[in-house]
Amino acid sequence: MEFLESILVTPFIEIWESPYYFIELVLVGLSTGVLYSLVALGFVLIFKASGMFNFAQGAMVLFAALTLVGLMEHGLPLWAALILSVATMVGLAFLVERFMLRHLVNQEGLILFMATIGLNFILEGTGQLMWGSDVKRLEIGIPDQPFDILGGKVLLNTFDVTAAFIGALLVITLAVFFQKTPMGRALRAVADDHQAALSVGIPLKTIWIAVWTIAGIVALVAGIVWGAKSGVQFSLSLIALKALPVLILGGFTSVPGAIVGGLIIGVGEKVAEGFWGPALGGAIENWFAYMLALAFLVFRPQGLFGEKIIERV
Amino acid sequence: MPDGPQTPTGRVIGDVIMKVENVSLSFGGVRALDNVSFDVREHEILAIIGPNGAGKSSMLNCINGFYHPQEGAITYKGKRRDTAKPYEAAEEGIARTFQNIALFKGMSTLDNIMTGRGLKMKRNLFWQALYYGPALKEELEHRAKAEEVIDFLEIEAIRKTPVGRLPYGLQKRVELGRALAAEPDLLLLDEPMAGMNHEEKEDMVRYILDVNDEYGTTIVLIEHDMSVVMDISDRVVVLDYGKKLAAGTPDEVKRNQDVIDAYLGVSHD
Amino acid sequence: MFYREAGQFKTTYQDDQAVFPVLQDKAAVFLLILVAYAVPFVADEYWLQAIFIQFLVFALMAIGLNILMGYAGQVSLGTGAFAAVGAYACYKLTTNIEGMNIIVAILLSGGCAAAVGVVFGLPSLRIKGFYLAVATLAAQFFILWLFNKVGWFYNNNPSGTITAPPRELFGVLITGPSASPEARYIVCLTFLIVFAWFAKNLVRGRIGRNWMAIRDMDIAAEIIGIRPLQTKLLAFAISSFYCGVAGALMIFCWLGSAETEAFDLVNVSFRVLFMIIIGGLGSIGGSIMGAAFIILVPIFLTNFPPMVGLDISTALQKHLEEIIFGVMIVFFLIVEPEGFARLWQILREKLRKWPFPY
Repeated sequence: MEFLESILVTPFIEIWESPYYFIELVLVGLSTGVLYSLVALGFVLIFKASGMFNFAQGAMVLFAALTLVGLMEHGLPLWAALILSVATMVGLAFLVERFMLRHLVNQEGLILFMATIGLNFILEGTGQLMWGSDVKRLEIGIPDQPFDILGGKVLLNTFDVTAAFIGALLVITLAVFFQKTPMGRALRAVADDHQAALSVGIPLKTIWIAVWTIAGIVALVAGIVWGAKSGVQFSLSLIALKALPVLILGGFTSVPGAIVGGLIIGVGEKVAEGFWGPALGGAIENWFAYMLALAFLVFRPQGLFGEKIIERV
Repeated sequence: MPDGPQTPTGRVIGDVIMKVENVSLSFGGVRALDNVSFDVREHEILAIIGPNGAGKSSMLNCINGFYHPQEGAITYKGKRRDTAKPYEAAEEGIARTFQNIALFKGMSTLDNIMTGRGLKMKRNLFWQALYYGPALKEELEHRAKAEEVIDFLEIEAIRKTPVGRLPYGLQKRVELGRALAAEPDLLLLDEPMAGMNHEEKEDMVRYILDVNDEYGTTIVLIEHDMSVVMDISDRVVVLDYGKKLAAGTPDEVKRNQDVIDAYLGVSHD
Repeated sequence: MFYREAGQFKTTYQDDQAVFPVLQDKAAVFLLILVAYAVPFVADEYWLQAIFIQFLVFALMAIGLNILMGYAGQVSLGTGAFAAVGAYACYKLTTNIEGMNIIVAILLSGGCAAAVGVVFGLPSLRIKGFYLAVATLAAQFFILWLFNKVGWFYNNNPSGTITAPPRELFGVLITGPSASPEARYIVCLTFLIVFAWFAKNLVRGRIGRNWMAIRDMDIAAEIIGIRPLQTKLLAFAISSFYCGVAGALMIFCWLGSAETEAFDLVNVSFRVLFMIIIGGLGSIGGSIMGAAFIILVPIFLTNFPPMVGLDISTALQKHLEEIIFGVMIVFFLIVEPEGFARLWQILREKLRKWPFPY
């Protein structure tokens, strides 16, 4: 009884009594949420273009961040390291197309998924083999100072705000790219039907390389932001797991879904940890997002922005 | 001679087994079925014909519970079943085949046909895990039944072949076999002869007539080949744009002006 | 030459439906089982403890996941969680109920895992494919969090670990750290053989056909009278039962004691997934072969460099291992996506014709 009260009643009273804490958590949640959206976007891009549930997205984040930090440790300036890291991600896209995708055409989704788990191991191993596995600090000059709004009642951090801003910018750029450019249209065509896209002359290989490059760059940005926040280390590759519930919520193929889903998960997680966490013994962030997504699925199996499927026989 | 009308194969047509009354079905704004009524009598072969998109497959989907009509009633053996689930239809003895083959591609011909026997097999988990005693006996009994169907359809040679590797015509035959294995009272066939050559069509017609004759199975079929429809069916229902245009014996339908107009594309003025 | 079935005619359906219709196969399997029981008399303790027992436990888990994924077509990444349910249930049962037969306790823990599996299988009615895979991750994270946070599950033991109490069967100590590896090996082997046989029986009967029908085309399956929810939930239950039994054996007969980390996503769920993909989806024999492969590869990679005189650091070795493992997975998926089971079939065809292929 006491336990039920502590999870069903007390948190709401607390929210009522400390609205500014609540607002703060929501804002922090939004800034984390943007980063989830960023990782989820990488998934969505690749899923749309190749039907591949790319489990290696998290490893790509780690790999990209490790490359950047590693280069900077060798004395390169930020801009040069950035250019080289982008080049590495392009190279990776080529390699993935040449040695994986090309040979896996027409395989079932499950086989593709497994292949990306294999890729996940390769990237994690390679990244750490080349640059070592100790935690590295990434200093890219984002100011990290607390400041307050609403007359000192809500405490925020310039870093979080900048990160959210970068994320939002990238998300908008990608959305425009998808909707307004010929390449974006070709991508959507491939996503809809490979064979039909081929038959109207869309080069599948180019599209795949392009998509993996974009996903690689998205991973790099995500890696920079997360890395600058908490250091570049192995755990970066685990944020991919955080992005998966976002996909359930938003749908595997929806760009706006990834964005909104990321924000919902980010906010939900922070608020839940802040108000429900104590009663449940803490560390509920690990599974809360999954449970939220699962509960949501029961009512709307196609996700937030997916279309209702009419099955035909 | 028994009284009452007879099927082409000499069976007596019985009472109404299924009644479709004022059924309407729409998807969003599209009206797939609009106030359709007809009935199906025991042991007969009823054909549903009409142009593409007339709502024929939707009608079958309503009958076996895959779609649920928004209005109207479907009564089968005296029970309302327009809200029932597909597996409940199967339990009531309704089996069907599909326009686009819907076989279980990873399984052999024999296993596909055995799935049709599933409803009649009762042994529980524990016996099945042992695969011994009653479970084994049951499995063998139903294997014998499945073999009867295989003999009937002359597909002995492909018994152990995964169906994904079979040519189109044989896949259609296996699909019919799976439906027959359930020993249905009502068999729904959705374009059983689509995409077949002349010989394959003749074979298929023979199987349909034999099923109707030997097992007395009531058959509702959708078919585009008019010569086949006119030859084998007892009655014909014509659909167009979701509405019932005509119904009756093949001869009556053939002479119906609306039907001729719909098929020859005469303007509706 | 010797692997010919000419002259072996089947005169009854029963013979035709046998698991090993060819006489030579039957003999080979019989011999293999004999050899497996003879292993403890020749293998040293390291091999038994580190390799053979681990292999038996994971093979059982792989069969469980293959029932769910390979036969019923439901993707699951929650294998580790279901195994953890089995392990913790067995721990609670044996420590709280004095004198409970250990075999009964292990089977009951399988039952607990099955119940949990059914609960997390419920979403499978509404969602499919990768959505379901992600949903099963919810089970993975939630259950391990629960076992970690709630002291009741590990008897409020300050170290947070569960340790298998010593239990005897027919007067021989078979669980816990002080039991001999030979005894633990024999117990695990017997479990594997019996449950592999049950699994094979299930998948070749009505239940197995229903699972495969749902996997291949769920709509058609429903229309011929297969109830989708019951069929899928049964697959979740049986699969989780296998994983639960394997999880209990993992603590009681292999590791001796463990924390929740022993059941995490990468160590268990993904590993078992690799086993069945590489072994062959929809094949009981393939699950066992896949388990052997995935367990032997890292052991080979650990032992190979010292054997040829290379001396490399552990960190380097670990990363190299990851890379080689990843490359092998990708390579294998490209070359033979249907796994060892398919390779085995091809080999058999070749063997039948050998040495006169034409």
